[in-house]
Amino acid sequence: MPDAPHQLTPDAQKKRAQRNIAIALGLAAFVLVVFLVTILKISGNIGASS
Amino acid sequence: MNIPSASAEAHQARAAGPLHYFALLKPRVMSLVIFTALVGMVAAVAAGASIHPGLAAASLLAIAVGAGASGALNMWWDADIDAVMARTVARPIPQGLVPRAEAAGFGLLLAALSVALLALASNYVAAGLLAFTIFFYVVVYSMWLKRLTPQNIVIGGAAGALPPVVAWAAASGTAPPDAWLLFAIIFLWTPPHFWALALYREGDYARAGVPMMPNVAGEASTKKQIFIYSLILVVAGLAPYATGLGGVVYLAIASAFGAGFLMLSWRVLKSAPRAKEAPKQLFAFSILYLFALFAALLIEDIYALYA
Repeated sequence: MPDAPHQLTPDAQKKRAQRNIAIALGLAAFVLVVFLVTILKISGNIGASS
Repeated sequence: MNIPSASAEAHQARAAGPLHYFALLKPRVMSLVIFTALVGMVAAVAAGASIHPGLAAASLLAIAVGAGASGALNMWWDADIDAVMARTVARPIPQGLVPRAEAAGFGLLLAALSVALLALASNYVAAGLLAFTIFFYVVVYSMWLKRLTPQNIVIGGAAGALPPVVAWAAASGTAPPDAWLLFAIIFLWTPPHFWALALYREGDYARAGVPMMPNVAGEASTKKQIFIYSLILVVAGLAPYATGLGGVVYLAIASAFGAGFLMLSWRVLKSAPRAKEAPKQLFAFSILYLFALFAALLIEDIYALYA
């Protein structure tokens, strides 16, 4: 009988939810870091040119 | 090869949590990389470079993630070796928790993001050096040298030695001789460190078919080479005092810990065949040695900057 790929155990569902949250937090952190780095670079360049 | 099949992998991978993916980054190696990179960056600032603390933190984060990406790609490539070595069998891929392909994708994504972030936060010299470091560790060391020659960790050690140079470049845009001196210390430290490990894990490497020095050239030859590299390392460890990179505190620490390193490598040289205790002690002390030298530089530089 073939595996039933959509029927996850409660533990597997919990782990999947944890992975999804980790990916979301990782993406949010990356966006925040890029934003802050951009602001710091821009402000540094403005400071240097004025 | 004892790697789970693709369908078994897909099934078991459903039980993998975020920490299993984090384990792919080799967190302990990453912590050493962060530390040596921090020392390189602070030394660059003490030498006159200027970088905003926020950009310095982002650069260190990028270097750490780049090192982690190398670890994930190494685990992807070496999954067959990891599965037969006692030291590595508990890693997420041999355990069937993370599929190999996912480790490869994870590593490639992090490698690209880390290099891009470093380019954004600092400069292209640093980003180029980080990309080269990842390439060297994954392609030159893992894919090419590791299974080919007992000189694998001698040449491959360059990848582990580059982080302080990358960090120095991130702060200053250049990689002057003092940065390469930090590189040289880690580069020369790598052979005695890993060969000491290989001496008391010889069976592990032999079983995995990895040509480490003890199971290719023999135990006696490895012990001799450990001692020769230790001599060169201890001399190189004193060199920062000569160039002005380190001060008297550094000189005192490098001398004391250098003497300890030489004593332990001498004990390895004179130890009985198959004796595990002396190599184990040298392996443990070698970590302390590197930490002590870099910590001394860090303390001196921070003192010079803020006192």
